[in-house]
Amino acid sequence: MDEQLIAIVGAGVMGTGISTLVVGAGLPVVLVDVDQGVLERATTAIANGLRHAQLTGALPPGRTPGELRTTLSLSDVAAADVVIEAVTELPDQKAQVLSAVSALVRPATPLISNTSGIPIDEMAAWVKNPDDLIGTHFMNPAYLISMVEVIRGPQTADRTVESVLSLLTRIGRRAVVVHDAPGFVTSRLLHPMINDAAQVVRAGTATVEDVDTLMQGCLGHPTGPLRTADLIGIDNLVDALEALYARTGDERCRPSELLLEKVRRGELGRKSGRGFYNYSEAQS
Amino acid sequence: MTPEQQTEKAPFDTDAVVDEITRFVAEQTRTTPDVDQDLFTTGIANSMFAMQLVVFLEQAYRVTVAGPDLQLSNFRTIKSMAALVGRLQAESAADSDV
Repeated sequence: MDEQLIAIVGAGVMGTGISTLVVGAGLPVVLVDVDQGVLERATTAIANGLRHAQLTGALPPGRTPGELRTTLSLSDVAAADVVIEAVTELPDQKAQVLSAVSALVRPATPLISNTSGIPIDEMAAWVKNPDDLIGTHFMNPAYLISMVEVIRGPQTADRTVESVLSLLTRIGRRAVVVHDAPGFVTSRLLHPMINDAAQVVRAGTATVEDVDTLMQGCLGHPTGPLRTADLIGIDNLVDALEALYARTGDERCRPSELLLEKVRRGELGRKSGRGFYNYSEAQS
Repeated sequence: MTPEQQTEKAPFDTDAVVDEITRFVAEQTRTTPDVDQDLFTTGIANSMFAMQLVVFLEQAYRVTVAGPDLQLSNFRTIKSMAALVGRLQAESAADSDV
């Protein structure tokens, strides 16, 4: 049987990480973006990601990576068996891309939106077949973290859930399926906590390092919330917090002035070399 | 002495490389480990930092870590990293002699 072709739209941090995961599992990927420079950087990042996955034993040993093709043409998604949309977490951009993709694919092709918190049922209004639409929330880096949150919208069909779970199993991920809500489970819990951590630092209660060290040492958090913010990307985190705040009205989701200031200064986390921490140029 | 200057001098100076790697780990993690200390089990390094170590060694010592060498056991301690660099440089020197 031929392997499924996976189309991934958006070659930012998440699209790149998911592409690494999928080709690393041996499946072919067509990666779409509107910017050739972004696609070239993504190609390098995917090669580095595959090495990173091998280094940490996250890739199945001895498997030949799937073919990676990059393209500027969205219409290349037409041939895909599954489409994963991973564009910036801004509703207007998601709406534009999802609507265009849903007009291009064959009927009953699962259309996955990778999102950290936009409700799937909001996105359902933008697509031709809402029963084909489903959400995933991959963590960064997608090729190292084996758990994936899967979000089933009220209109998502059973067959869509089944095909996506089967794809996730094929690429070595474990999934937990949850219902639709702003921020689902992981972002609804994590994002306000990171925001609070930034407020704690801003108030002068503790340093960045001490906040992370306490959360690691006392509460078993693997990296600490502020290192996690750097990994997510502080700009993305602010977008996700705004989206959560707009939908829940929870004051804990209103982005901390410290986060906003970092975004203004271009201190976006690992991807820009500086966030709450400094990262050497020797970056993966 | 910078790592770049180091690579131009023979023979391979293990002590200097150990010092340089120690300095890099200390700068990045704010912890100065012993040369034999397992950086991963003692919580100094994690899977993200592992790749930074690879890229650091490749850039500083002009080596390529690939294939079976690309495994965590080579990066567990500062000593094992220095040994890897020494071996890769010796192999590439042998290749260029041919």
